[in-house]
Amino acid sequence: MTRKGFFAQNPSALIFIAVLALFTLAVTLMSEGLGAGVISTSFVKTLGKTLCLCLVALAMDLIWGYAGILSLGHMAFFALGGYMIGMWLMYARTEEIVVTALAQGGLPASDAEISQGIATQIFGVVGSSDLPAIWAFAHSLPLQFALALAVPGLLALIFGWLAFRSRVTGVYLSILTQAMTLALALYLFQNDSGLRGNNGLSGLQNLPGFGDSSQDLVSIWFFWASALALGMGYLTLTWIVSGKFGSVIRAIRDDEARVRFLGYPVEAYKLFLFTLTALIAALAGVLYYPQAGIINPAELAPIASIYLAVWVAIGGRGRLYGAVIGAASVSLLSSVFTSGRLPNIPLGPVSLNWVDWWLVILGLSFVAVTLFAPKGIGGLFDRFQRIPTPARKGAPLGPDDGSLQEQEAQP
Amino acid sequence: MRLTALLVAALCWLAPDLANAQDAAAIIAENRDQIEKPSRQTIGPVIAALAASGDAMADDILTAWAEKRLVVRKSDDALFLATPDGDGFLLTGLDGTPAGTAAKSDLTELKPNAGVRGVIAAALVQFTLSDPSPARRRAALDSIARDPTPETLEPLRASIASETDPELKALKERLERFLTLSFDPDSAARVAAISALGSDTSLDVRAALNPLVATTRVAALSKPDGNVARVLGVGRDLTEVEAYDLLVVAGLAPARLTLEDQRTALVANIVNDTVGGVPVAELDTQAARDRAYTALERAGTVPTAATDDEAKAALAMHGFFEVYVEPDPAVTSAARSALAGIETRVGMMRAADLGLDALSLAAIFFLAAIGLAVTFGVMGVINMAHGEFITMGAYTGFVVQLFVPDYTISLLVALPMAFAVTFAAGVAMERLVIRHLYKRPLETLLATFGISIALQQILKNVFGTQARPLTAPGWLDGALTFNDVVSISYIRIAIFVLALLFLAFFLYLMKRTRLGLEVRAVTQNRTMAASMGINPDRINMLTFGLGSGIAGIAGVAIGLYAKVTSEMGADYIVQSFMTVVVGGVGSVWGTLAGATMIGSLQKVIEFLNPSNTLSAQTYMILFIILFIQVRPRGIIALRGRAAGD
Amino acid sequence: MTALLEVSGVSVTFDGFRAINNLSFSIGHAELRAIIGPNGAGKTTFMDIVTGKTRPDLGAITFGARAICLLGLNEARIAQVGIGRKFQRPTVFEDQTVQDNLILALKASRSPWRVLLWKPKASDLARVQDLATEVGLGDQLQRKSGDLSHGQKQWLEIAMLLAQEPRLLLVDEPAAGMTPAEREQTTSLLVDLARTRAVVVVEHDMEFVRRLNCRVTVLHEGAVLAEGSLEHVTRDPQVIRVYLGRG
Repeated sequence: MTRKGFFAQNPSALIFIAVLALFTLAVTLMSEGLGAGVISTSFVKTLGKTLCLCLVALAMDLIWGYAGILSLGHMAFFALGGYMIGMWLMYARTEEIVVTALAQGGLPASDAEISQGIATQIFGVVGSSDLPAIWAFAHSLPLQFALALAVPGLLALIFGWLAFRSRVTGVYLSILTQAMTLALALYLFQNDSGLRGNNGLSGLQNLPGFGDSSQDLVSIWFFWASALALGMGYLTLTWIVSGKFGSVIRAIRDDEARVRFLGYPVEAYKLFLFTLTALIAALAGVLYYPQAGIINPAELAPIASIYLAVWVAIGGRGRLYGAVIGAASVSLLSSVFTSGRLPNIPLGPVSLNWVDWWLVILGLSFVAVTLFAPKGIGGLFDRFQRIPTPARKGAPLGPDDGSLQEQEAQP
Repeated sequence: MRLTALLVAALCWLAPDLANAQDAAAIIAENRDQIEKPSRQTIGPVIAALAASGDAMADDILTAWAEKRLVVRKSDDALFLATPDGDGFLLTGLDGTPAGTAAKSDLTELKPNAGVRGVIAAALVQFTLSDPSPARRRAALDSIARDPTPETLEPLRASIASETDPELKALKERLERFLTLSFDPDSAARVAAISALGSDTSLDVRAALNPLVATTRVAALSKPDGNVARVLGVGRDLTEVEAYDLLVVAGLAPARLTLEDQRTALVANIVNDTVGGVPVAELDTQAARDRAYTALERAGTVPTAATDDEAKAALAMHGFFEVYVEPDPAVTSAARSALAGIETRVGMMRAADLGLDALSLAAIFFLAAIGLAVTFGVMGVINMAHGEFITMGAYTGFVVQLFVPDYTISLLVALPMAFAVTFAAGVAMERLVIRHLYKRPLETLLATFGISIALQQILKNVFGTQARPLTAPGWLDGALTFNDVVSISYIRIAIFVLALLFLAFFLYLMKRTRLGLEVRAVTQNRTMAASMGINPDRINMLTFGLGSGIAGIAGVAIGLYAKVTSEMGADYIVQSFMTVVVGGVGSVWGTLAGATMIGSLQKVIEFLNPSNTLSAQTYMILFIILFIQVRPRGIIALRGRAAGD
Repeated sequence: MTALLEVSGVSVTFDGFRAINNLSFSIGHAELRAIIGPNGAGKTTFMDIVTGKTRPDLGAITFGARAICLLGLNEARIAQVGIGRKFQRPTVFEDQTVQDNLILALKASRSPWRVLLWKPKASDLARVQDLATEVGLGDQLQRKSGDLSHGQKQWLEIAMLLAQEPRLLLVDEPAAGMTPAEREQTTSLLVDLARTRAVVVVEHDMEFVRRLNCRVTVLHEGAVLAEGSLEHVTRDPQVIRVYLGRG
């Protein structure tokens, strides 16, 4: 290893940042808020959300593609981040409305009236008029933003510590993370969870304090923020995986027992990664849900996390751009196919409805990718560069469950 | 009251003689004076004689008398039973013969006073309670039980001795205790009746006892005279708002001013941007508003109302008490301890019922998980589509019912059909997908998940999103009931039996058959098994098919009591994995232990927090996550080198 | 001379089977030792216990001049205090280059934060180059180790062990699958290494052990059967009975 510049070592990062910057510029110029208005505000939001999904897919690629830990819980961290920021958005927005409404009543509003009004507005739907204790910080953006990272981070830290110290690995860990996600989702579904049960939080697209700005502008701001976060995330993760740390975690993926005998505390590395990726997922959630406008417990159903794994697998795990490509293409295709705008395909007596059959196609194509193209879409780049895969007579590159398969390896 | 009762009771013994002596008309004729001008003190023997006469008319006569329909015809001074008929009355003689009609003006009604009517009513009860027909006696008992009154107590007691039907006698004695504990004037008798209830825990006993310990809350300056249950502490036993409401109800304090009312009153009295001397701009705190309102109160512009301080002072001045409706402390304490005893026994029965529930839930989990235990435990293959195989089994049952209308036959057809369908699906999946991914458990997980979403969506497209019925045969309707508390439905028993059958079948298959031997051989050492002439591919295929087929049968069983939707299997998949993992991978007994543990746990959590099934699942999953910390390899863990670490 | 590794009274049981039975063993700071014994004698289990993979039921193990107790430590800590292990089959990280493998093994802080901020210094790269050259992989630094031949992987693993700079080296059947020339090279390397550190070689091949020319410990049924020079132990009647009699 000779000491070269960061981009010289990682040319793909430079290309990625360039593409992302061009894309951001193009969307801005075509948007309704600041540009020609070629693409609608709702599509800008869809693109912004897609960038957030790409960010969480990066986190998934780090934990699964590089470290071999198939976590089925990262969308829970994503949604938790969204919930935490959603609490501030909803509280602050409701506060504006309540204060305005009360001021029209002749007297300036008292604190008690304001908090009572907010509580009734927010919690009337679940038959309560008290603000639960977990909303104690909801009035403050900095505090709630800190919580948006601290709560998922802490959950990941505690859960990871419990799981890794008892050496739960492979599919057991996957199932365990799935159970954690399910437990969290079921908890949030309750009305007395303090987060409005299955109603979730809504009206998140309205930015408190920016009531005058139109959604055309707000959507562009969030698009920029998402692009910035994705770019920073990509650079950070590239830096992490290209150094010795990346070397250690790839070694853990392929043969963690051997890494232990080299003296590396494997559990500490896994915990570090699990928490770091949970934080990235939470940050992505913080940016995603104000664009989505609504969050409810269905967002953290176990299936969401499995989709995340699907994106990474389809894009090609173990390469960061693969995760981004997978997340962007599958989620965009998904929104196209489920929009209901595609014409049905008549097949004799029945007609094929894309909304109904999209999941079937996705499921089966996913099986096909797993079976026939473990490199995913990212493997196409190798094809262009004419990089052959090593011939190892079908043996994976290490004894562990998460190790690379023969076809996945890059020489 | 007591006197008449005694008289009736006494006369009851004499009844046969009197009955033989006279019929109703004769008794009335003999006591004509007393009947026209009855007095509560002296009329007893006459009514008793009537009641005991055995004359079929006595009942009607007494009823008519009590209802003021016994009349004197002015023209001949004779007594008749009158029934309103148009403008006039239809008359019936005392011996039952019709006697024409008469206008109201021709008749004089006999009007017995309330006391006499009470004696008559008691006699009537006695009459029906001693009716020769057991059915009527039973009806009388039922009507008393439905609407118990103090008057019925004595006649009921009187009728017990002469009751010949042992069943009715037991009923009477039981009812007598209920009436005694509610209405007997003698406190000792009531306490005795309460303790005589003994170990009876049925609902009617609790219904009879509960009114005795009913309480009301009162507010007063000092401790009231009644039977005080306890002194309530504000903030501890009742909230300040509740306490203040009690004061308002008792007229001890003015109604509290709500924030909205205060606001309205203040807004209404804004003068030159001030209210009661306080500038409007400053009225954004509660303290300032209270100040302004008090100023207005003093000026007399708004009604007096309690502000927070005043309310606090009023609360501090008064005491709050829980007072028994029942005035007798001996009775209330006896009832309380009897109820506590009942509570304990009911609690034990609840525990038994909970145990039954837990067992049946465990059976369901076991059924759902056993197929998974085969594929995951024996082959190490994670099959995320296992839930969809359960769904496919249930839908197979539904389709079979469309063609075979008889539910029993269709069930018998559906079970093997479901097995066949899911066996085929499992074999196809193993051949096409899983075979290529052995030793890659994470990829298997994801690929089978892909199959799972595709299958689920296909089922949804074919069968729609609404729930489809899978009807159980009639002989599975209803429940096996042990008493008020403990019962279990026959479907759950059937599922339990099915689970046991599967356990037996599976153990037999693995331990006693050639196939089982080969499966175990391939599990332990694939290469070695292959060199002994076993075809591992074939064994894997069969094992996977078997696991899937069992899922199909489990689907039929689960479909019988749950709704059949395309998502029903997905509801069980995480639980099933947990069952296998908690129990210990690779052991049927482990799966059984896991299912029992998870089933019981879920029921216990639901019992502790009955309002919410969702949170029960949350706590259960949390518990499992912690459990795996303690026993990472499950309850029944393979140890040593066999564990493969 | 105080011992570097002191194993005393260690027992371990798998499902009722006593794999190691009251085993005591010690080795000095710079010593070469061969452990031989029939199949199932507990050789591999012994290494598992010393490296922390298996926890003994009874007994004590101390290491180093300050007599650190190894029983409370996990595998990573044990490796950090200076015990290196070479597996029977070559285990290198096949998806990574020879250079990456060696950098992973280089003696440096193992904590995640330090590793994250670690940058190769010129001296590190030079050391990697030296090690690779020493085992004949000097011109293969950028090759993926998965592409190396079996023997090359063995050498890479030995180089990784050297990079760790352990004070005690546990080597499991180093001669397996090597050509005679490679064996020769291995023998001289092991003898060379034992001048500066303790080396324990577990070996089946008597000829290889003879060439090592060192003290030999014979294990049987989880306990030490005999100890001494190879000539001494091969004359021991018990050893002969175990090897020839019941095999």
